[in-house]
Amino acid sequence: MAVDDDVRNVIIIGSGPAGLTAAIYTARANLAPLVLEGEPSSTSDQPGGQLMLTTDVENYPGFPQGVLGPQLMLDFREQAARFGAELQTVKATKVDFSSRPYGVWVGDPDAPEPTYRARTVIVSTGAQALMLGLPNEQRLLGYGVSTCATCDGFFFREQDIAVIGGGDSAIEEAIFLTKFARSVTVIHRRDQLRASKIMQDRARANPKITFLWNSIVEDVVGDAKVEALHVRNVLTDEITTLPVGGLFVAIGHVPNTDLFKGLLTMEDSGYLVTGLGEGATSTNVEGVFACGDVQDHVYRQAVTAAGSGCMAAIDAERWLENHPDPD
Amino acid sequence: MATDIATLTDSTFDEEIGAATETVVVDFWAEWCGPCKMITPILDEIATEHAGKIKIAKLNVDDNPNVTRRFEVMSIPTLIVFRDGEPVRRMIGAKGKGQLMQELSDFIA
Repeated sequence: MAVDDDVRNVIIIGSGPAGLTAAIYTARANLAPLVLEGEPSSTSDQPGGQLMLTTDVENYPGFPQGVLGPQLMLDFREQAARFGAELQTVKATKVDFSSRPYGVWVGDPDAPEPTYRARTVIVSTGAQALMLGLPNEQRLLGYGVSTCATCDGFFFREQDIAVIGGGDSAIEEAIFLTKFARSVTVIHRRDQLRASKIMQDRARANPKITFLWNSIVEDVVGDAKVEALHVRNVLTDEITTLPVGGLFVAIGHVPNTDLFKGLLTMEDSGYLVTGLGEGATSTNVEGVFACGDVQDHVYRQAVTAAGSGCMAAIDAERWLENHPDPD
Repeated sequence: MATDIATLTDSTFDEEIGAATETVVVDFWAEWCGPCKMITPILDEIATEHAGKIKIAKLNVDDNPNVTRRFEVMSIPTLIVFRDGEPVRRMIGAKGKGQLMQELSDFIA
């Protein structure tokens, strides 16, 4: 990757609702933002972010009939491009915040010079779904273990499948999967769901969904594909075998902050800490801002991510006004 | 743009894969799969850049259940590499161009 001589006003790392909203606002402020979108994957760590793995988004304001997640993100992207944001489908591999202008690498992180340099950086790398961390789960990924219900639900027609988790994502996936599956068992480690009331009501009213409470998955069984799960009841320690053909895991999220370890202040859980400098989205490094799920484990909505992306754009714009380049 | 990419179906699959002299990468995809759409432009580029060495073909899993079932595709996008009519490698999940090219490098030399 060739080294770029220009010093950019703003580089935005990540392209979910937060990053692309920051792109729309900084582009309209004539800051000619460069967006490093990320690379395609089948996890939410991809251009467009978590909404790329969803179907109907029913709670984003302005769409009374709902909107498809991937379509919404394509529209965000088109809107950013229309105002002059430069979008590149590449992943940042390293950053250097030790001196201004800041360096951002794409491709080989050991290259002596950064690929891009920028006066300000907006971090919007988001979060991705946690997996169970079992060896057989990894081995059977794509053979019954799936990270994308909307991609793979189709292949489980008339089969019995399991969804692990008790939050909104788990329940949304469970309901979606009943379109294909014969039965969906929701396995949750507690005895009640964390999901919103409306999602809980829908799940309980769905005759294909059953709940396995106080339970955790100990192992995924199967040679060439998933055949069963070993499930442990956390109250009795009893282990049972649940025959299923598919497994979908929705047990929470982990922020995509590996790139910033040791550079930006983060919580123990890896989420970036904001409000440390000038502006609510500021990090501990001046001129570096964070928005969206990478710094929010509380609200985690598309609309809150977009809102914080707008805030980061305004914070970056003000910072640039107040901190002209040294001569 | 997509002129370098062939479309396979349940009825043309065996004939086309059997007759191919170059390596064929079959992309199992569907309209409703977000990650599948993300790799389409990358596959277009690879098809153009490596024309003659690698042929890229797409198979819609919605419309072609027989081939999909025969190769036990359970997750999309799945890319299966065929040489002399035989599947020799399988790649599951969307990937960036760099990673895809790395996986395909054995077949391009």
